[in-house]
Amino acid sequence: MTPHDDRMLLDTPFGSRVQAACELREWEPWKGYASPIAYEDMELEYFAVRNATGVFDLTPMTKYRIGGPDAAAFLNRLMTRDVGKIRPGRVGYAVWCNDAGMALDDGTLFHLSRGDYRLCAQERCLDWLLTSALGLDLTIIDETAEVAALAVQGPTSCAALRAMGLEGLEALRPFGLRHYPFDGGELMVSRTGFTGDLGYEVWVAPAHAEALWDALFAAGRNHLIRPMGNAALELARIEAGFIQAGVDFVPAEQVVRHGRARSPFELGLDWLVDFDKGHFTGRGALLRERAQGSRFRFLRLDVEGNKPASESFILNKRGETVGHATSAAWCPSAKRNVALASLEMPWGRPEDELYAEIYTSRELRWTRVEARCHIIDGPIWDPPRRRQTPAPDF
Amino acid sequence: MTDAAYDALVVGAGHNGLTCAAYLARSGRKVLVLEASERPGGLAATREFADGFRVSAAAHLLNMLSPEVVKDLALERHGLAYAARNLKTVVLPGDGRQLAIDGDRLEGASASDQAAFTEFQRQMQRFTKVLNRFCMRPFPRLTERRGRDNWLLAKLAWDVRTLGKADMRELLRIGAINIHDVAEEKFDSPLLKAALGMDAVLGSHMGPRSPNTVYAYLHRHLNDGGQGPALVRGGMGALGDAFAAAAEAAGATIRYGARISSIDLADCRTAGVTLADGSAITAPVVASNADLKSTFRLVGPLNLDAGFVRRVHNFRAQGVTAKLHLALDGLPEFPGLNPADAGSRLLAATTMDGIEGAFNHAKYGECSPLPVMEISIPSVHDASLAPPGKHVLSAVAQYAPYALKAGWQAGREPFMRSCLERLEAIAPGIGEQVTAAELLTPPDLEAEFGLRGGHWHHGEIALDQALFTRPVPGANHYATPVPGLYLCGASAHPGGGLLGLAGRNAAMKILAGEPAS
Repeated sequence: MTPHDDRMLLDTPFGSRVQAACELREWEPWKGYASPIAYEDMELEYFAVRNATGVFDLTPMTKYRIGGPDAAAFLNRLMTRDVGKIRPGRVGYAVWCNDAGMALDDGTLFHLSRGDYRLCAQERCLDWLLTSALGLDLTIIDETAEVAALAVQGPTSCAALRAMGLEGLEALRPFGLRHYPFDGGELMVSRTGFTGDLGYEVWVAPAHAEALWDALFAAGRNHLIRPMGNAALELARIEAGFIQAGVDFVPAEQVVRHGRARSPFELGLDWLVDFDKGHFTGRGALLRERAQGSRFRFLRLDVEGNKPASESFILNKRGETVGHATSAAWCPSAKRNVALASLEMPWGRPEDELYAEIYTSRELRWTRVEARCHIIDGPIWDPPRRRQTPAPDF
Repeated sequence: MTDAAYDALVVGAGHNGLTCAAYLARSGRKVLVLEASERPGGLAATREFADGFRVSAAAHLLNMLSPEVVKDLALERHGLAYAARNLKTVVLPGDGRQLAIDGDRLEGASASDQAAFTEFQRQMQRFTKVLNRFCMRPFPRLTERRGRDNWLLAKLAWDVRTLGKADMRELLRIGAINIHDVAEEKFDSPLLKAALGMDAVLGSHMGPRSPNTVYAYLHRHLNDGGQGPALVRGGMGALGDAFAAAAEAAGATIRYGARISSIDLADCRTAGVTLADGSAITAPVVASNADLKSTFRLVGPLNLDAGFVRRVHNFRAQGVTAKLHLALDGLPEFPGLNPADAGSRLLAATTMDGIEGAFNHAKYGECSPLPVMEISIPSVHDASLAPPGKHVLSAVAQYAPYALKAGWQAGREPFMRSCLERLEAIAPGIGEQVTAAELLTPPDLEAEFGLRGGHWHHGEIALDQALFTRPVPGANHYATPVPGLYLCGASAHPGGGLLGLAGRNAAMKILAGEPAS
């Protein structure tokens, strides 16, 4: 558990290094921790991720350790995908729903060893996990504060980590796990991330956190390594087309108003729903939805022009509001003006002409444009290095 | 339907399970009832607890049985007979005073109490008449706005409306509050108030001051038409036998000694059951007379949505009611009680505060040191229950919480002693007459009847667990989230008590083939 007795915001185990590096002193709260928005310059940090290596302190991500005889069955019933397909030593992306088939959160499931899992997610969900554990034999431990983690992302990330001594890391496949001795303890490295690029996440006990930071930055100097804040990560994940709980959908347990939650189908996560694997929470509701049709469609849009369609209404040809953008950014590497958007059914069909209503201010002069949107099929940013094994050496 | 040997399986041969089986069989369905024990009736049981002494093991007085069910199943033709009907209720505080309730007539109360009670009884009868309509059929579903449901709902609303303005206002005023406040404003006699309080809390984790006790009172009087309770000849087991005979006559098969180890699913819908001996029986429909928690334990949490499992888990179903059986070598003497009334329904209680005081202990996981009791000496009316010249006493004793802090190993003797002390106070010398005694605690009832939590009504009768929310959302219209699995016992609307309506309504639902909402 996270001790919040004496301070509103906690430092992560990397706190001393993060504070020293955070020139801008721009912080925001993230799940009870102080988290830098940017260290020196958001754009430099973003370009470090795309052209060298960006390092992101993801310790505040909620982490649950799940083990025991029924752990696998528990997770398979919790999540909409077939968890049995995530072998020991592998990581899987997953979404989980309430009884109504509405998404509670998405996250990554680490199958550490047979029957021993770590669930890493944006939202706290211990209550839901305990509810899902009723009648089952397993243990659930909130280990958010017991595991420090850095995301090391970008084309030179593998080289930087190898320079730190992680030999053979290039052989690690995407969504794979590997363990290395470090500083008298152990590092766990997973080839995972939230940037849509070559990258790793490095997990360590808090006692070794500062040593990890120091060793990584010393080894990565020649690989142009740079710490990155939330703003750069946000841009990178929009460019990768990833959704985020609390931004692109409201976690169902937090929804107050009727009809504001979203199902996996309504978030474009159809591929994560497996009706053939047996029962899971929300299965009945999702079957009904599949039969009766969804209320919303989630789309990635390429918006003409270069003005981000942040919080924009999406209009149809007649100028009627048919949805809104949940995330948007001009994406420098993809060179596309991307918006993630939730549209009311039936809008968003290939033949629909869609427009984003964008307001911008230039020196206090506001302008409004209706920018044509094109539905993006396929990836937005998907460099081959993201999947290559062995990882290329840049 | 599939080619399975049976169209429907019924889990448990309690009176509701048998009712459900009978209605299904009457409609031409091939029905098999599976009962873990060796006899029918469930909580409607007769038990020989000492040589020659037999007693109703759980419920011992009959006042709720639905006349429609009695008629439809021809229970009287199948052996239901009464040893006595319309029993008086006599409150015995143990100080020589007494108050008797005989229909709407009081003995031992003031004229003003009599007048108020007559009016109260009439009003309660008007209320239960309306409430009864809510119980006579599956409750309409509120969320789906189908024409048939809207029509039913409008009819029910009209039933309430026909009460008239004054009655409707009064029902809305007292419907959700506590019996203590209502009795205090209407009556003077502490004994009368204690009697009303007992009616409202018997079987429940509630004191007279608990909210919802007026509703519990109405529930108890759902079908009695203002009359006193009846004694079934041969004990309540004879009622179970009558239900079993009726179900078999309708064409249902009953298999005893068939304990179910799981309710089986195929492709996420009901496929049948597996018995403890490992054999499987397939059927597309399973109706469970078992309590809510036991039923879904048989299904298994992995086959259910987590939120639904949480609702089942949170269903309040821990019993506070114990059953005391005494073999007596003579008829006890109750000072102040006309010996002719010894076979009445006797209440060992003094005041509503006394009942509330007894309940206070249960809140903290303790037994009441001064328990309240509903006592019957059925051998007064039914000589078959005890050897000649001897008698058997049956008492429903509260409060004896299921989750006793000290544990029942340590708690059994002290509670038994408290009950005997209370009896000694109203019938001095009774202790000398006792030749055998038995106390069935809620854990005993759980073990004996497979009743998780040992709650008589399968779960508290309170507004949040009643009517269209009984037992929990998702399973509140007999159908459950598992297609083909139905609830047909006291866990379902209208709830506990020997009514038969849950079984009857579940059968209607099954025959209509409606899925869960």
